[in-house]
Amino acid sequence: MSVALAVEEAVRAFGGVRALDGATLEVEPGSITGLIGPNGAGKSTLFNCVSGFLRPQSGRVLLDGRRIDRRSAHRIARAGLVRTFQTPRVLARMTVLENLLLAAPRHPGERLGRALAGRSREREARARAGELLELVQLDGHASALAGTLSGGQRKLLDLVRALMAEPRILLLDEPIAGVSPALRVELLAHILGLRERERITLLIAEHDLDFVMRACDRVIVMNDGRVIAQGTPEEVRRDAKVVDAYLGAKHQ
Amino acid sequence: MPTSEPNISDKLKPVTYHAQAMSLLEVTSLEAGYDDAIVLRGVSLEADAHEIVAVLGPNGAGKSTLLKAVYGLVTLRAGTVTWEGGDVTRVRADRLTRRGLNFVPQTANVFPTLTVAENVHVGSLVVTKTERRAAIERVRELFPILRERAGQRAGTLSGGQRKLVALARALVAKPKLLLLDEPSAGLSPQAMELVFDKLLEINRLGVGIVMVEQNARRALALAHRGYVLDAGRNAIEGAGAELLHDPQVEQLYLGGSGMIASSSTSTSTPSGMKPETK
Repeated sequence: MSVALAVEEAVRAFGGVRALDGATLEVEPGSITGLIGPNGAGKSTLFNCVSGFLRPQSGRVLLDGRRIDRRSAHRIARAGLVRTFQTPRVLARMTVLENLLLAAPRHPGERLGRALAGRSREREARARAGELLELVQLDGHASALAGTLSGGQRKLLDLVRALMAEPRILLLDEPIAGVSPALRVELLAHILGLRERERITLLIAEHDLDFVMRACDRVIVMNDGRVIAQGTPEEVRRDAKVVDAYLGAKHQ
Repeated sequence: MPTSEPNISDKLKPVTYHAQAMSLLEVTSLEAGYDDAIVLRGVSLEADAHEIVAVLGPNGAGKSTLLKAVYGLVTLRAGTVTWEGGDVTRVRADRLTRRGLNFVPQTANVFPTLTVAENVHVGSLVVTKTERRAAIERVRELFPILRERAGQRAGTLSGGQRKLVALARALVAKPKLLLLDEPSAGLSPQAMELVFDKLLEINRLGVGIVMVEQNARRALALAHRGYVLDAGRNAIEGAGAELLHDPQVEQLYLGGSGMIASSSTSTSTPSGMKPETK
């Protein structure tokens, strides 16, 4: 059975609050899976448990069939699972470009085309960083300190930092919240292109339904620390439980 | 914004030397930034108690910095801020809160180690003791989460829940005007509707709102007036509904043509000028 990422009965509590209360889900390789749910449903905690920033108190997390729930965040990242943050952490005293170069994978490019082109790793990383900065319209800020970026721009930097690492599985935590409408459209196009070109697997927690409906093949809905529904965007949109817990009557 | 041509009724009013025609908040030609990065290059804005004003613009346009500069959190290089007709340029944030101007930041907007109830209590400290109880009761009615999660530490709330607590904490200080940095970012559709409904409700109670928003269409539909900033300057301003259908806004910001102007090729009109439609 081919599953890129599996979470089985994950539990994580903070004090008396069970942020994850037996969450179980699977993400297919090469898919773009949306993760939606009311505020406090456990989406970010799930991301934290999957990416090694938190340990689930019980349950398992499997990446390509291997358990990773006891591994540290950097080992999980090296294994190809990279995530972004709702409130990103940037290295404020380093330039925007340096932030990106630090995220470049250490191993030489696995992509045959680039390896044959004979470009040095450093030059390759710089070229890729340049392209990514252009994508999020930060190319004019490459040599500015990351600490001078606005909230929205930091978010975009965090996104391209994650892309810079050339992940196999990318978890995006609210990628377009705080991003201008025009740029949202471009990010959507890029994310779709990324899957097309690089067969990257994406799990995206996002509240913007329009974005989720257009980007995702499958949608998983969480509430109270559990998965309450999943299916195609259309199936989920019609699900009464989802409308009750998440969409509200106006979206019916 | 310089006042447009006075209409007849203005001319008939007796001339007085204080704020007869002034808005609650008037911001004129603000310049501000961080270290050597200049973010605001002369932004003007006004807002009144009965108004909802939206501030829009591409990422990095200076929207959040504008709110912080007004609220005394960023050092100003130039420009003035007046509040109820008096100069409050460079007045400290806590003093502004006492005078009825309050701010909810985009992130870091709650005290994480305090409980939800304690957060609200802290917000209420600027209100006189006799009024405090009623003020807290009022926000508890507006925001059910304050009761449901009263004893929970704010740091363990989700991002969206924190937004509601932060909004409640600002409101309990009984402000005349609220500066809100992206009140809807990170909220579920239902929670977003709730917040926008609450904002309307709050506004109808006479509280003015100046909000930075990226959910531009939603914000403009709600706002009486809107400003679009670009590269630290006023680019376009007008009535909310008007901006929603303005081709220039579409091009500069909403992405109708698929591109937004980069900071170097700004299509800004000079500060205060009305856009020429078409």
